[in-house]
Amino acid sequence: MKSGWAKRALIAATAAALAATALASCGGSSDESGPRELTFFVAIQPGGTIEEVSKRCSEESKGKYTITPEFLPTDASQQREQLVRRLGAEDSSIDIVGMDVIWTGEFANAGWVEPWTGALKKQVTEKVFPNVIETASFEDKLFAAPFNTNTQLLWYRKDLVKKPPKTWDEMIKVAEGLKEAGSIQVQASRYEGYMVFVNALIESAGTEILSGPEEVDLEQGPTEMALQVIGKLANGGAAPPSLSTSDEDSARLGFEAGESAFMTNYTFAYGSAQEEAPDIGKVMGFARFPRVDAGKPSKPPLGGFNLAVSSFSENKDVAFEAAACLANDTSQKTAVELDGLPPSRSDLYADKAVTKAYPGFAGLVKESIEASGPRPTTPAYQDVTLAVQRALHPPDKIDPEDTESIYDELKSNVEDAVKREGLL
Amino acid sequence: MEAGTPAKTSSRTRSERKLAWMLCAPAVVAMLLVTAYPIAYAVVLSLQNVDLRFPDENSFAGLSNYATVLTSSLWWTDIFNTVFLMVTTVAIELVLGMAIALVMHRAIFGRGVVRTSVLIPYGIITVVAAFAWQFAFAPETGFVNNLPLISDEMDWFGGRFSSFAVIILAEVWKTTPFMALLLLAGLVTIDDQLYEAARVDGATAWQRFTRITLPLMKPAILVALLFRTLDAFRVFDTIFIMTRGALDTESVSILGYNQLISRLNLGLGSAVSVLIFLCVFLIAFVFVRGFGAKLDEGRPGG
Repeated sequence: MKSGWAKRALIAATAAALAATALASCGGSSDESGPRELTFFVAIQPGGTIEEVSKRCSEESKGKYTITPEFLPTDASQQREQLVRRLGAEDSSIDIVGMDVIWTGEFANAGWVEPWTGALKKQVTEKVFPNVIETASFEDKLFAAPFNTNTQLLWYRKDLVKKPPKTWDEMIKVAEGLKEAGSIQVQASRYEGYMVFVNALIESAGTEILSGPEEVDLEQGPTEMALQVIGKLANGGAAPPSLSTSDEDSARLGFEAGESAFMTNYTFAYGSAQEEAPDIGKVMGFARFPRVDAGKPSKPPLGGFNLAVSSFSENKDVAFEAAACLANDTSQKTAVELDGLPPSRSDLYADKAVTKAYPGFAGLVKESIEASGPRPTTPAYQDVTLAVQRALHPPDKIDPEDTESIYDELKSNVEDAVKREGLL
Repeated sequence: MEAGTPAKTSSRTRSERKLAWMLCAPAVVAMLLVTAYPIAYAVVLSLQNVDLRFPDENSFAGLSNYATVLTSSLWWTDIFNTVFLMVTTVAIELVLGMAIALVMHRAIFGRGVVRTSVLIPYGIITVVAAFAWQFAFAPETGFVNNLPLISDEMDWFGGRFSSFAVIILAEVWKTTPFMALLLLAGLVTIDDQLYEAARVDGATAWQRFTRITLPLMKPAILVALLFRTLDAFRVFDTIFIMTRGALDTESVSILGYNQLISRLNLGLGSAVSVLIFLCVFLIAFVFVRGFGAKLDEGRPGG
């Protein structure tokens, strides 16, 4: 074997490999004449809402644009992970982003999403619940069009409990007194769902975690009251066996298996029980999220998705139009029909689509959203939620008799978090 | 590899060596691009305040990110967790792997079937295996709580050490075959005549194992231990799936993930990554210098 031959072979092989990569990387050239291609990155909805509204809006644009949905995983933190990796790298292949209510501050401050202005801003906020608009806004600017919202209700067993309890204390007492199914299902695994639960209790007690993007509130009296509820639930007889690892789905499963008289969960729980456990579904009652302070109305959790336009999109002009269509009243009706997702427009709650999806409790869902206490809006949201989860998990570490030390830990954790200091 | 004395190097040897370098060059360039560059970039980032969410607030930080990490109790808790998991899994894997290697080596019939079936767990993607074990141990869906002697209400992921037990089980189940394979490679290099001679001298099976097998396998064992220890120190998937680090089961890799991916705090996250890299480096150093592991020995034809 001569080295000259080997050299030539090597050069040829390297050239071939380089050519192959070059060819692979220059696919997809843009065509100016046809409709503009928009890519919509959004969490998958099993009922097919996203496909349906993308198709309808593409057709209604009459050749102006076509929307291709690109699905993200069902787990909220994995959705965010994929999005921030693309947006952090200024990926121009994202045009419209389906943004969870808690990402607004972060995405807006990083300069990843565009503010809405003018007539379109007016159009997408028309008749929308004010606290939903708040979740899509940062520093007085609107960064997304509200699409669907979501809230938690108290679900209970009408065969075991005559009247739904008004407060958490009352509910824990009733549950502990029951001979069977004496547990309360909540979400208390160390994940975002626990933050939802904790935030709702703190808000209901009459204070809030943050009063501004960098100002910690957490007034001592009310916060300790909320912590007492968690401690009492976790350390008493009403705690389900796997409380510290419970999420929305394990809560639903536990309730459907007949183990629990009470559950706080999103609206999907009703439809699921009717299908999966009709015996339980028949006796499933609903009420507003219980109070923490008997003298103050509760502030239930608020979730949902808003639609934003990416700052790195090459089609921003049409992307705004398309996002407005994807979030309009017809689309919101599709979302409630196909996937049971509550609309963010308050005027739709009298619509047949909504009353059919929430038989007998459409009004309650509306009331719950209006009264809800959203999670804080801050660019450092991930730091805040990690800090809260670290301070308060597992839930049974909270001694209901002595909440002062854990309150101090929570407050100092959150204070570090808004300053983005320390490891989390 | 034998090199002649420089004076006697023939032109043929020289051209062959040149060819060897040229053949290696693409691999060296690729290695530099995919490993050296990211590592150097991580070091640069770790000396700065960089947060993707606050693009206007980047600044030079000096060593303050390292100070933050090393003074945090979280880092030391996670180091403890990681080392605990590393030592337990590797110790169990070594014993089990050795047993399986001996069985594979001595199997008289169905050698191929035995070796292939032992390797199946290693072929399963870690995340899939972690989910499978998580479902198996979940109180609602799992079969484990239906086994005798185990309470139906046992919440495996509700406590620190019961979580560790499941994590260790999943890790051991998954990587013991790899350990066994590396050990088998060392086992086949031992000359059978040594055993025969020992048998003639009246050595028992245990004596043959401790006096012949173990000393001759030392290089293979050290290489297997080194590979697995480095792997185990970076454990991520199984913990991420099973507990997400809740209840003090977090490993240093998950801590790095939280800073980098969840918080997008690239400065702090890179500091964690660089420290993990240094730990891995230290482990390799201890194995190579302290125990005398030789990476080019202990393989057939090595």
